[in-house]
Amino acid sequence: MALKLDELKPRVEAAVPGAALQIVPNPIPGGQPSLLVDNAHALEVARFLRDDPALRLDYASNVTGVDWLDTVLQEKHKVKQVVEGVEREIEETTEVKRPGYLEVVYHLYSMELKHGPLVLRLRTGNRTDQVSVPSLTPVWRGAEFQEREVYDLYGVVFDGHPDLRRILMWEGFKDYPMRKDYVEPDDYEYEPTPHDEVMEKAKGHYPAQHGV
Amino acid sequence: MNEVLQGRDASPRRPGCGSGGRLGEASLPAPAPEGAGAPGFALTRNGHGSLLELSIGPQHPSTHGVFRMDVALDGERVVGLKPVFGYLHRNHEKIGENTTYLGSMPYTDRLDYFCSLTNNWAYALTVEKLAGLQPPPRAEYIRIITAELTRLQNHASLVGFLLQDMGAMGTPLMYAFREREKVLDLFESLTGARMMCNYMRFGGCRCDLPPGWLEQAKEVVDGFPRFLDELEALLSENEILLSRTQGVGVLPRELAVSAGITGPMLRASGVNYDIRKVDQYGIYDRFAFRVPMGDHGDVYDRYMIRVLEMRESLKILEAALRDIPEGPIVDPKAKLRGFRPKAGEVYGRIEAPKGELGFYLISDGSPQPYRYRVRPPSFINLTVLEDMCRGRHVADVVIILGSVDIVMGEVDR
Repeated sequence: MALKLDELKPRVEAAVPGAALQIVPNPIPGGQPSLLVDNAHALEVARFLRDDPALRLDYASNVTGVDWLDTVLQEKHKVKQVVEGVEREIEETTEVKRPGYLEVVYHLYSMELKHGPLVLRLRTGNRTDQVSVPSLTPVWRGAEFQEREVYDLYGVVFDGHPDLRRILMWEGFKDYPMRKDYVEPDDYEYEPTPHDEVMEKAKGHYPAQHGV
Repeated sequence: MNEVLQGRDASPRRPGCGSGGRLGEASLPAPAPEGAGAPGFALTRNGHGSLLELSIGPQHPSTHGVFRMDVALDGERVVGLKPVFGYLHRNHEKIGENTTYLGSMPYTDRLDYFCSLTNNWAYALTVEKLAGLQPPPRAEYIRIITAELTRLQNHASLVGFLLQDMGAMGTPLMYAFREREKVLDLFESLTGARMMCNYMRFGGCRCDLPPGWLEQAKEVVDGFPRFLDELEALLSENEILLSRTQGVGVLPRELAVSAGITGPMLRASGVNYDIRKVDQYGIYDRFAFRVPMGDHGDVYDRYMIRVLEMRESLKILEAALRDIPEGPIVDPKAKLRGFRPKAGEVYGRIEAPKGELGFYLISDGSPQPYRYRVRPPSFINLTVLEDMCRGRHVADVVIILGSVDIVMGEVDR
């Protein structure tokens, strides 16, 4: 049983004054929209969602990251223009640059009341220097390893996490492999009869022999 | 309708061995307060002398794969434990984002390689939610039958491995593997592979049941209670098993919920949460089965829950093998080639033998998922390993880990 966000949003706003909430639509049929919370009030909102007797979202099932690159969105507007003395509506396309950001998505359920999911989203400022969001591990212990994984693979820094270290990659690993612009290391090994991708790599390594 | 089996009357609790166990309740540290997380090691002095740091694994038979625990010991007593993993990490999620939706299906077999059919089902179910597909009834029945057979062989082997960890060398494990072998033979004749089944498709299954398969499956299901009776007669009231498992690795109910523990481990702590009942995905609402629950949340309860769950699975299997209808096995709307779901996102989950297995997909309308995420139950169930082990002996760590039921292919992904 999914929760209705339009009813929920005013209640959260009343309980956590100053929280900036936004409903992110999900276009697929029957899709579950999600609740975008600002970083400053995320912890308070999370505590409210967990402790409110009608919600009791005591179980953070899935915590994960999403990488959104810088994109150019095309927005269509209808503009009134006077063409040859007659006012007409004309569709104009404007290009809007959307700077990239990293997103952390929480899927919350209630084990007590057996409802859910509620999808909670947090966003970082950008993908380079403002990559921190508050950790929700103090509210749901189940987020501990999963937030570590998001830190490890996406590079999101969780403020207030008790033990923020890499978890799947080794210590000392530099990059964040799940980011969309991650470049794999060049792990070329010599092959006597290279072809396709290996051939392309070989050309870089043995330019004089054209890769052979 | 959610009939609950609280503990069991015949459960042979030793007197005075409630949740305390050999160390007694008082000597066990209190569960970590909310938000404290796992404190780091105080690896210098703790007032009793210096601590010994011991690295168990990654190549150790009792760690169930390439898994390492950095344990801090005060004498024989565990004061801190940090699980270390990633030795089997191949970035499954990145591979999933670089291939088509269907291309990930064989890779899901490799997550929890004991339960490839439930992995297939969780992924297929999620994509079906995304694309609006509905498997026909026969396919739903086949899915239930294969999933419950998977649960049987997973729990049987887990019990075998757990006893192996306890020092019952060989025999229980071989008995369990004998039963697992029969189930794997069924999988082989159905899918062509014993473990890497790659059987489900979006909107149905890959191929229909071969002739005579249902009769073979019935034979296996009919013979299974005899194995369970034998196993229980030998083990469930065995004095050594009781003294090794009761009161060991206690997981309190509140911590289990907060830490997102799922599956038999959660229910052993007394939380009534089975996704087969809560979500009623597939056609689970058509079957009558009970959800076994434990009282104490110790290793013994986790063992017992698995045995009882196998008995409940047998009930589902009997009904499903009896009622399976004839008909098509794939939704005619399903497209094998050129499959491009509309933009949007979806989270789908099932009750896998190890807990809640979820898939989170974001589609941008292209043939490949923009985001492909696996919610691995055994990875998240390890969150509380330290809390369960603190205050226990090293030998208990091995069986506590064994009772969590992990497969490194899923933990590391």
